[in-house]
Amino acid sequence: MKLAYWMYAGPAHIGTLRVASSFKNVHAIMHAPLGDDYFNVMRSMLERERDFTPVTASIVDRHVLARGSQEKVVDNITRKDKEERPDLIVLTPTCTSSILQEDLQNFVDRASITSNSDVILADVNHYRVNELQAADRTLEQVIRYYLEKARRQGTLDQSITKEPSANIIGIFTLGFHNQHDYRELKRLLQDLNIKINKVIPEGGSVKDLQDLPKAWFNLVPYREVGLMTAIYLEKNFGMPYVSITPMGIVDIAECIRQIQKHVNNLVSNEKFNYEPYIDQQTRFVSQAAWFSRSIDCQNLTGKKAVVFGDATHAASITKILAREMGIRVSCTGTYCKHDSEWFKEQVQGFCDEILITDDHTKVGDMIARIEPSAIFGTQMERHIGKRLDIPCGVISSPVHIQNFPLGYRPFLGYEGTNQIADLVYNSFTLGMEDHLLEIFGGHDTKEVITKSLSTDTDLTWNYESQLELNKIPGFVRGKIKRNTEKFARQNNVTNITVDIMYAAKEALSA
Amino acid sequence: MSNKISETLTFECETGNYHTFCPISCVAWLYQKIEDSFFLVVGTKTCGYFLQNALGVMIFAEPRYAMAELEEGDISAQLNDYEELKRLCLQIKKDRNPSVIIWIGTCTTEIIKMDLEGMAPKLENELGIPIVVARANGLDYAFTQGEDTVLAAMAHRCPQQILLKNKKKIIQDSSIQKIFSFLSSEKKEERTNKYLENFKKNPPLVLFGSLPSTVASQLSLELKRQSVQVSGWLPSQRYTDLPSLGDQVYVCGVNPFLSRTATTLMRRRKCKLIGAPFPIGPDGTRAWIEKICSVFGIKTEGLEKREEQIWKNLKDYLDLIRGKSVFFMGDNLLEISLARFLIRCGMIVYEIGIPYLDKRYQAAELLFLQQTCKNMSIPMPRIVEKPDNYNQIQRMRELQPDLAITGMAHANPLEARGINTKWSVEFTFAQIHGFTNARDVLELVTRPLRRNNNLENLGWSDLTKK
Repeated sequence: MKLAYWMYAGPAHIGTLRVASSFKNVHAIMHAPLGDDYFNVMRSMLERERDFTPVTASIVDRHVLARGSQEKVVDNITRKDKEERPDLIVLTPTCTSSILQEDLQNFVDRASITSNSDVILADVNHYRVNELQAADRTLEQVIRYYLEKARRQGTLDQSITKEPSANIIGIFTLGFHNQHDYRELKRLLQDLNIKINKVIPEGGSVKDLQDLPKAWFNLVPYREVGLMTAIYLEKNFGMPYVSITPMGIVDIAECIRQIQKHVNNLVSNEKFNYEPYIDQQTRFVSQAAWFSRSIDCQNLTGKKAVVFGDATHAASITKILAREMGIRVSCTGTYCKHDSEWFKEQVQGFCDEILITDDHTKVGDMIARIEPSAIFGTQMERHIGKRLDIPCGVISSPVHIQNFPLGYRPFLGYEGTNQIADLVYNSFTLGMEDHLLEIFGGHDTKEVITKSLSTDTDLTWNYESQLELNKIPGFVRGKIKRNTEKFARQNNVTNITVDIMYAAKEALSA
Repeated sequence: MSNKISETLTFECETGNYHTFCPISCVAWLYQKIEDSFFLVVGTKTCGYFLQNALGVMIFAEPRYAMAELEEGDISAQLNDYEELKRLCLQIKKDRNPSVIIWIGTCTTEIIKMDLEGMAPKLENELGIPIVVARANGLDYAFTQGEDTVLAAMAHRCPQQILLKNKKKIIQDSSIQKIFSFLSSEKKEERTNKYLENFKKNPPLVLFGSLPSTVASQLSLELKRQSVQVSGWLPSQRYTDLPSLGDQVYVCGVNPFLSRTATTLMRRRKCKLIGAPFPIGPDGTRAWIEKICSVFGIKTEGLEKREEQIWKNLKDYLDLIRGKSVFFMGDNLLEISLARFLIRCGMIVYEIGIPYLDKRYQAAELLFLQQTCKNMSIPMPRIVEKPDNYNQIQRMRELQPDLAITGMAHANPLEARGINTKWSVEFTFAQIHGFTNARDVLELVTRPLRRNNNLENLGWSDLTKK
């Protein structure tokens, strides 16, 4: 057992559901007790989804505990098949169902006989993998299922497209700024004259998955999800993949050069040369290179920062801060413990120390010890920052609704570099302000004297009403006190009782 | 009585495929209510993830709750449950020093049959802190029923009322005087006497149900106006102040989801239950007070006028909702009382979805609903237990209600389809009890309608792709 207040990555089934509900016309059925369908709330609230989240639960209750699910799961699958006619139904185990050890595969086999939809069982172990690992696995599982199906049916066409083309793998629902990143990647590939073959799982149809091998290569923008799929496709179809995250000017260039290499392997005559494009974008389209040269950024030199997040974002931001902006990264870390080797290798030489943990109190202690000028982390670090009075830019999941902005805010690509520069710059106390604060010792040198608008002479609060007043939360207490006294004066009451307090509330709200 | 009801009210039961919060969410409001408590949820990452996301910012305010996260070793019994819980509870004792630790059992502890009830007394002895066990799991309960399981468990911990009588002298010296400790000693005595005098007017009355302390004192005050003295609340502000219970004690619920607590109070603590409608809405509040007074043989004074006054204050909101229709999808068991109030406000209720309906505990409320429908001459709504959200959405498509009261999972998709929604969860967290807060209920109900009055003519109410 572990005493825990907060976790960075969710349970495995969340990952499976995120992948399943990102595809078009795929329905997930959770084998779960009442209340475990909280995923629907998150998707509906955080992503502000207009459509009903295609996830339902086959409820595990007392009866199931006593007699097993029996027909229930199969019935629920066939019912959903009739109601929504999905292409695929993913039966999703949860932590509860995995202890029950029912033969879910058997239910899947039985249900697939009677339903028109394909039915698969998500193959994840709840006690061994987290949300991100589960998402990676589920995505690979779905792709494998459809490619093998196509191969069996002989519909698999392995010829590649005429023009250079790419699959983007790993954009999905509830991902940190994924929608914006997707738009930015589309633009980047378009600029490079590369067609987009398929984007999975977001908005993709499982029927089209057999066309995946038509692309020249796969682009996996995020470390956490998509890599397993890309490796599967490389092994079985010889498709190369690019897994350098195009975040920050240096890495975008590196990513584009890799793409160039793969594309040029397949063209015979006229080779592509992206170097002029990289140069043009770096120097004039993206403002980030110029920003790091400008005197604004000079003021950031040597300032201490701490970075924490998922492996992709924490590594990229660390490199951007250290390599592109001259900021001193005192500590960088990730909660992706399963990927710690890769992470360490990435940030080697760009930071003073590395912290691999999923315990937020350790992160908090580290920040308190280092006392950086700014933090770049998740929502948790933002709150740690609030407590320690250190500004924080949010760069990674887990996130709140404010991290699903309506405006265009990619982290990837050249527009992403601008966004990141803004985020970094705004997180540090602005340079000039910083100096002035230091010289004059703060904005407000005079102590603010708050005087209550009412005088205390003519009104008395009896002891019960005083008790009552003290029960009211501090931030509204003053207002309630003023309103009550106003009401008392209007009614020529001098002794304020609890009755008067509530009469005041009723009168005021009327 | 229940037979008579079923003649006219129709109850249906569907598949139970509906969305609601897990009952462990009750820790969110209970840890705030019971100031010296610590809630330990014994469960998995799934439970933790739910709490973390559902409670949002509260997580960051150093809450007095935590997960005892079960790992693979716990599930396969490679680790000793008792030793593990002892280790965690010792740490909690060291860090927070609470007056009580409440273990919340979850689905997982049910399935692996972890004997929390058996371990608690042993550990309680070793630790010197009371440990209360509540099984608030999704296998058996929905959302607010979590509070029911906690309060039912706590009812066992309330002191025996006989003891109170014997120790009256001591109590006079200590606990009651403690309340008035800031007064001079003369005044103190006067107060104490007055307090005890009031106490004699009616047999001890304990109200059960967790309410914000201001709402609790508003309700106590309403009763005091009818010279009914409330002797205690379950739960109280502090665990150490739990009310005394016994066969002389009358109890009355303030929330419709407390049927287990009511049963425990009656059967195990021999209390007398006053079955009344719940004090939600001015009509409900009046009926609730009247019922309590009638049990004590007290004639109410000025109650009618007070109700009238409150209705008058609500006029602007009533004009807004009169004749409009509502559909309750059902997820927090407040539905019957809210529907009854809204019908009295002049709304038409198409359907009352509800996770679970205890027809005995809610008998008075159901009867009141029936009467209200008759008085307002509107058809009786269908009551659907364990609803099926999919079917409900099909029904809603046909009925096109003016307002759907629904969980957050369906709110945005319904809004996109042009159906106004109000999150049902807000009724759980807002102050909705008593005369004083009637306006707050309507504030919630009318919000989507008022919002849409502003947006009505812009022509983009349906925002889905065909």
